[in-house]
Amino acid sequence: MDVKEVLDKYGNSPGRLLGAMLEYQRSKPQNYLTEEEIKAFAKETGLPVSRVYSLVTFYSLFSEVPRGKYIVQVCHDVPCHVNGSVNVVAELEKLLGIKMGETTDDGLFTLEYTSCIGCCEMAPAMQIGETVYGNLTPEKIASIIEELRRAGK
Amino acid sequence: MSKKEKKLLTARFGNISPDSIDDYIKTGGYASLKKALGMAPDAIIAEVKASGLRGRGGAGFPTGIKMESVRRATGSPKYVVCNADEGEPGNFKDRYLMEKDPHQLIEGMIISAFAVGADYGAIFVRGEYIKAIKILDNAIKQARGAGFLGKNILGTGFDFDMDVYSGAGSYVCGEEFALLAALEGKPARSIFKPPYPTTEGLNGKPTQINNVETFANIPHIIDMGGAAYAAFGSETSTGTKLISLSGNVNRPGLYEVTYDITLREIIEELGGGVPGGRAIKMVQLGGPSGPIIPPSLLDLKIDANEMRAYNLSIASGAVIVIDDRADTLDILMRIMEFFHHESCGKCTPCREGLGQVLGLLDKLVDGRATDAELELLRNLLDVMSQASLCGLGQAAPTAIKSILQYFGDELYGRIGAAKEVK
Ligand SMILES: Cc1cc2nc3c(=O)[nH]c(=O)nc-3n(C[C@H](O)[C@H](O)[C@H](O)COP(=O)(O)O)c2cc1C
Ligand code: SF4
Ligand code: FES
Repeated sequence: MDVKEVLDKYGNSPGRLLGAMLEYQRSKPQNYLTEEEIKAFAKETGLPVSRVYSLVTFYSLFSEVPRGKYIVQVCHDVPCHVNGSVNVVAELEKLLGIKMGETTDDGLFTLEYTSCIGCCEMAPAMQIGETVYGNLTPEKIASIIEELRRAGK
Repeated sequence: MSKKEKKLLTARFGNISPDSIDDYIKTGGYASLKKALGMAPDAIIAEVKASGLRGRGGAGFPTGIKMESVRRATGSPKYVVCNADEGEPGNFKDRYLMEKDPHQLIEGMIISAFAVGADYGAIFVRGEYIKAIKILDNAIKQARGAGFLGKNILGTGFDFDMDVYSGAGSYVCGEEFALLAALEGKPARSIFKPPYPTTEGLNGKPTQINNVETFANIPHIIDMGGAAYAAFGSETSTGTKLISLSGNVNRPGLYEVTYDITLREIIEELGGGVPGGRAIKMVQLGGPSGPIIPPSLLDLKIDANEMRAYNLSIASGAVIVIDDRADTLDILMRIMEFFHHESCGKCTPCREGLGQVLGLLDKLVDGRATDAELELLRNLLDVMSQASLCGLGQAAPTAIKSILQYFGDELYGRIGAAKEVK
């Protein structure tokens, strides 16, 4: 998908730019926006580059640095916190061999915190791409990661 | 099902496919729209006023009065905007409403648009809710195909259309002025007010902005009539409320209840109590911006009148149960880190205040805080709630303030600890 295509799909208005850029970013294997791409969005929408940059830096789902193919976002707000999100993070760090905020050497996984993803009834929860995983246990986490490792290779 | 559970907004959940407009229509969907289009706009607003419906997004402003202001406002075009940002941790009711019965929301927005005289609508959904966005996109297409959206709706001459807008990760986006900025393709920062959105909202035009649950109530009010809707409830709280129950509880989940239910009934009867036979230590209402209360207050009904006496409200309906294993300061740190991360940085009390609060909490955690610093913390919280530009900074101190009120010993106790260390 190129910049023009995604903007056409979203109707090329400033208000729908957030959605368009998010979908574009998700379609890329490294889940980030380059300077050229940000400029391309500005050019196609007719907005100043500074304005498009202000969106990329303000909204936390955008990244200007390359990330893994799978962004593992762990919720750590109170409902997840009191249901042991700390253990989820520890388990993921152990399995992936990276710390929070880092990307695995093979470029498959990035580990991030997220604010509540509205799945508190399944706490502790995490989101990877479009999929939400809840009621996490060490076994469940291991099988999710295992499956993605196989699929992502 | 408990006596105090009542399925109005959730009646179709699981019984229809959210991808099928036919399912929705077969279960009575869009009948209210047809009825409303045969009514005078003022009569629709009169029903909403008679229903006593109050906004379900947290602040509880009377919806009928909001609609009336938009209808009376001069300026065109007019807009209806649905706040589906749902970023307050502990809340998930709007996700359910959008994922399980999207047409109920859409129908509520079309009826509102007809009543206030709007010709375009926007549903602003947080960027994390990818599934809800897809379901709504599809539902809007179907509604357009069926003639419920677009030009000359159902042959009445009324034109109205709407789209879904995605956020991209920002809690403050849920604040209505910030949300309007986001809809205009800008960073989500609030502004000085008044004017309010009812006169100068999206693109500077009159705008009705309401929560998902608020709009979802509208078809039911038109269907049964405002007075019948007001009949289940009290003078101060009418209709049903969706409760997002989470935390240390056996059956977390979404419950639709009437306002005569108590917090204890929600936790014990619907939620099955705390796992492992442990005790409730505290309960947070609404989310991080809400108060944290002790078990002794759990016999309060969620009715606005009853809760107001304790300066409380059920707000958006999140009930977060925290059991006796929790460390109070640990919970407070988590909450304040959340606000610190989400502050938009526009005004000083919030931007700088939150950093200072975290520093003071840190000192409390490892027993370095002095009495004077705890006083400083209290002052700082007052400044934040009084001088912050928007609701984020104004409400951020609520959790700590309620801890000081109900669990003060836990914080003052930490000062004692510091003295012992010395
Ligand atoms: C920081 C902040 C976040 C908010 N987040 C939301 C939200 O996610 N959803 C919502 O409906 N209202 C939210 N609100 C309240 C809105 O500003 C506004 O009051 C509400 O959308 C009005 O709709 P209602 O009258 O139907 O409740 C938030 C307010 C603040 C200050
Ligand atoms: S109170 Fe906080 S979030 Fe609101 S405008 Fe000020 S800095 Fe931004
Ligand atoms: S608190 Fe973790 S999903 Fe809501």
